Amino acid sequence: MGEVVIVGGGLGALRTAESLRSAGHSGPITVVGDELFPPYNRPPLSKDALLDGIDMARLEFRRRPSVDDVTWRLGRRVVAADLSSGTITLDDGTLLKADGLVVASGIRPRRLPLAGPAEGRFALRTAADAEQIRSRLTPGSHVLIMGAGFIGCEVAATARRLGCEVTVVALDDEPMIRPLGAQVGAAMRRRHEREGVRFRLGHTIDSFHGDEQVRSASLSDGSELPADVVVEAVGSVTNTEWLDGNALDLSDGVLVDSAMRIVGSAMPAVAVGDVARHPNALFGNVPYRVEHWSIPTETGRRAGRTLAAQLSGDDPDTGPFTALPSFWSDQYDISLQSFGMPGLATRLEVVDGSLDEPCIIEYRDDDGLVGVVGIDRTSDLTGYRTRLQDRAIV
Amino acid sequence: MARILVDADKCQGYGQCCYEAPAIFTLIDAPVTYVADVDESLRDDAERAADACPVQAITVE
Ligand SMILES: Cc1cc2nc3c(=O)[nH]c(=O)nc-3n(C[C@H](O)[C@H](O)[C@H](O)COP(=O)(O)OP(=O)(O)OC[C@H]3O[C@@H](n4cnc5c(N)ncnc54)[C@H](O)[C@@H]3O)c2cc1C
Ligand code: SF4
Repeated sequence: MGEVVIVGGGLGALRTAESLRSAGHSGPITVVGDELFPPYNRPPLSKDALLDGIDMARLEFRRRPSVDDVTWRLGRRVVAADLSSGTITLDDGTLLKADGLVVASGIRPRRLPLAGPAEGRFALRTAADAEQIRSRLTPGSHVLIMGAGFIGCEVAATARRLGCEVTVVALDDEPMIRPLGAQVGAAMRRRHEREGVRFRLGHTIDSFHGDEQVRSASLSDGSELPADVVVEAVGSVTNTEWLDGNALDLSDGVLVDSAMRIVGSAMPAVAVGDVARHPNALFGNVPYRVEHWSIPTETGRRAGRTLAAQLSGDDPDTGPFTALPSFWSDQYDISLQSFGMPGLATRLEVVDGSLDEPCIIEYRDDDGLVGVVGIDRTSDLTGYRTRLQDRAIV
Repeated sequence: MARILVDADKCQGYGQCCYEAPAIFTLIDAPVTYVADVDESLRDDAERAADACPVQAITVE
């Protein structure tokens, strides 16, 4: 039947294991994950779990009974893999032999090499990160957020609700400008400003000051801002170093085909989730990495079927991958939902409501609709899903 | 028969379940309304809906 090793213990790992089982793979499955917890839900870490407290029992994903026999090696990191011999090396020197490999190692926050004290500077990816940040978000404390993407803005909203003084510093002209565009970003900024968040856009931080603990930050224009807590949300780095030396395309995550097979792999191997640069027939089959929660489930389902087929000597389904990316974000009591790839659009149009109220925004490129965003209009987007799904170039 | 249960305290009304299994879930306002006992042929759809729920509010038995 063959042994499968899954590297990374997040949502993508879990969904791929479940899919392997439902596709009939009955051989051993081992998951190696460097966090101490079984797969849990990350989105609440910047939202309600950061606000109300981190309860792992609530965050942990339910696992299907079919994966009860999976071996979980948690708190262990994979340091190397040799795909020509199917050997996976763990940080304690253990060698695992695999007939099939699943790359589900995700991403980590990018850190900037800035001068000054390190104490008080955080990035948010794991429950452990959220726990540390939460303990610092006391009323009146000065919170400095670097980066105005979704995670930065969500943390800003939560910190405000906890009574902190919040400033967001970012090089971009508007928050969430890449996924949403300048107009919608500006509307979201106004909502944050009404809640008392300050923005210093078009700026970067040059250095931090303080003894051991950060107390302030210098901006690129020479001004200085008080800072007790700094949350750095300035993008991500893919966790692929352990795959070096296998002649794979690791230029931006792991390149896979529409069946999630790793291009150029010497053994049956698939990649899923945030780390997988996968083609999507809805968007011209150009391989993209998409850091949305829906992706580990969709890619994991496909990858499990592919690997199960390969391991039993069958041809995997190589048909197009057409999962519609979906994303949501909660900031204060605003709920934003997006389908498709609004970031690819060349123009947008508010079709219902107005930007400072509940509204629906259509995003288009030269070929038509590429995405839709609803602000407090989440239940009205059904028709758009169907229209976006029809884009597939099969 | 597959039995569906939605934890009404958890449900935030994201509506992802309705896209995956429109025959089972309908969203007007949170919490979502749904058919509790569905034919075995809908089990796959129900499980997709449970997987897609951002707050993991859906159980399928
Ligand atoms: C704070 C936060 C808020 C978010 N909010 C939203 C949201 O509102 N909506 C949305 O759509 N998406 C959101 N996301 C994104 C979503 O959570 C991710 O897309 C999803 O978690 C990706 O799952 P994954 O399994 O691919 O990767 P991960 O969940 O990152 O899992 C990878 C795991 O592998 C481990 N690992 C890495 N390298 C190794 C190694 N060498 N050996 C062993 N283990 C390793 C990592 O530590 C990690 O545990 C959010 C993410 C964060 C961090
Ligand atoms: S997906 Fe989950 S949260 Fe959303 S409506 Fe369905 S049950 Fe409720």
